[in-house]
Amino acid sequence: MLLCILPVEGVQEVDLYEMERFVEKTLPFRTRREVAMLLPPGAHDPKRDQYDGTVILRAALELCPADASRLLVVMEQDLFIPMLTFIFGQAQLDGTAAVVSLNRLRPESYGLPPRRDLFVERYLKEILHELGHTFGLTHCPDPRCVMSLSVNIINIDQKRAQFCGNCTVRLADKLNTLRRESGVTEE
Amino acid sequence: MNSPWKILVVDDEIAMRESLAAWLQEDGYGVDTAASGREAVEMARETAYDIYFIDLKMPPGINGIETMLEIRKRQTDATVVIVTAYAAVDTAITAIKEGAQEYMVKPCSPEEISIFVQRVIKMKSLQRENVYLRQKLAKQYSFWDIISKNSQMHAIFDLIREVADQRSTVLIQGESGTGKELVARAIHKASDRAARPFVGVSCAALAETLLESEIFGHERGSFTGAIARKLGKFEIAAGGTIFLDEIGDISPKLQMDLLRVLQERKFFRIGGTKEIRMEARVIAATNRNLQEAVETGSFRDDLYYRLNVINIKIPALRERKQDIPLLADHFIGRLAIETNKPVCGISKDALKLLLDHGWPGNVRELENTLERAIVTAHGEVLQVADFDFLERNRHTNAHWDIPAGISLSEIEKHAIEAVLEQTGGNIMESSKILGVDRSTLYTKIKKYDIPR
Ligand SMILES: [Zn+2]
Ligand SMILES: [Zn+2]
Repeated sequence: MLLCILPVEGVQEVDLYEMERFVEKTLPFRTRREVAMLLPPGAHDPKRDQYDGTVILRAALELCPADASRLLVVMEQDLFIPMLTFIFGQAQLDGTAAVVSLNRLRPESYGLPPRRDLFVERYLKEILHELGHTFGLTHCPDPRCVMSLSVNIINIDQKRAQFCGNCTVRLADKLNTLRRESGVTEE
Repeated sequence: MNSPWKILVVDDEIAMRESLAAWLQEDGYGVDTAASGREAVEMARETAYDIYFIDLKMPPGINGIETMLEIRKRQTDATVVIVTAYAAVDTAITAIKEGAQEYMVKPCSPEEISIFVQRVIKMKSLQRENVYLRQKLAKQYSFWDIISKNSQMHAIFDLIREVADQRSTVLIQGESGTGKELVARAIHKASDRAARPFVGVSCAALAETLLESEIFGHERGSFTGAIARKLGKFEIAAGGTIFLDEIGDISPKLQMDLLRVLQERKFFRIGGTKEIRMEARVIAATNRNLQEAVETGSFRDDLYYRLNVINIKIPALRERKQDIPLLADHFIGRLAIETNKPVCGISKDALKLLLDHGWPGNVRELENTLERAIVTAHGEVLQVADFDFLERNRHTNAHWDIPAGISLSEIEKHAIEAVLEQTGGNIMESSKILGVDRSTLYTKIKKYDIPR
């Protein structure tokens, strides 16, 4: 099964590489990197100077390659939805596309000295979380599980970059269905 | 989505409602959206949502607060969040006053919204759990809406089952507030007359002539003011049950008339010539000691024996204290929903306070007390402090200082309230203390809207 990573101009090569390695190690997916996407003009809210996650997801879906089972958009710009001040990421629940912003994941955003390892750990968690939603997983009550809801950076740091037992079982069921649908046989 | 929790997002802006709905769906809730107040009201008719997020300004049509009020009409316990673009204090006040649980200015922080939703859902699941447990308990201990595990009460339930289908007159005795009408209704519901009317008459509430026409009906022109024929309660009850409450308070003339009806099982409307058959079963009730009234000659002994074919004596609440926790739990469950307050239990200490109280007004007083505590309570569990007024009332009655600038009618209202409190709502006793007759007291209670 194929997971396409669709970066928005500005995301570092080294981070994209981390993401690809992590996804291929963690999930039964191959990855393929698409040509960087231009943000749709309607996505930018000049008053808030942020980007509307819903508009970006919609635009990304139009660019989704036919052979992709899942599509992950990664961007540096800050995301929002109209009701909320910001979001770390967004996904189509039990759908195809997800988007993650790296904007609020660096320690520098919180007035702390830079730490590359912490930054990487945070975006890997957020990627796994949003992809989890595309597999139909909803928020998990276990704060250590990657599917627990994060409304601030502390929540993200509390969880691990992996699914809890319950979520793993639900994820496995979903992956089996996907494999059957895409005609992939289990090895 | 098979979440047991349903949320409705109401906003005329599609981007707003769709994105909030998607975000809430990630939490696992079943989320629907409505584009207008009217659509929301329609949808709420179909589904009782647990939380409503309603935008304040939605042109055209009904605004957020009107939408909330409309939904509340059917679903009194609906949790509503009013969402608005500007932090205007006066709108916030209006929204909260009209019953919104929360007022949010968009955009709000993800933290704020998720904490709120989690708190509401946690509270609601606790309530659901309690409702379930209560229903289980209530089933175990209830008999036609009467809840008890007291052996005397269970003997009454047995007696009711035994005599329900008979036509014999029943006399129910018990202090006021013990649930005499509930017992009368239980007899009716358990009987083969259940499908027919149950008609109640409060004999103490009306002056003699009015009571007569109330019970027997009258023909047009039979007395001044009788502008049309009126059917009496005996006729309306037909083959059902007639419940004569406070029978101990009726006049000698009415005692006589009633005796005749019970003997002959027929009667006339006042001013009428046509004989009407009496098909109803008679259940009478009183909080007076009728035996004593017979001995002192204020109540006819022949009527007493006619009424007292089957005798049910309901124990006072202080004689069935083991029912207090059960009843408290039952009332809290019902009243929390009726008053839309997130109260779901009572602390051990507060329960002890209730167990130690004398309850002169019996179950009715317990219910009123809990309602008052729930309405003013701040937490989810009733505490001793929520029952402060139980103590305070006692004191205010003892030393009654008249505040400056109070009107005479206010003094009268306070006096009536105080005496009713003192007698546990006993009209007979209260009217004696106040030196007025019972119907006067009833009129005043109605006039001042004093809860009993
Ligand atoms: Zn999530
Ligand atoms: Zn989990």
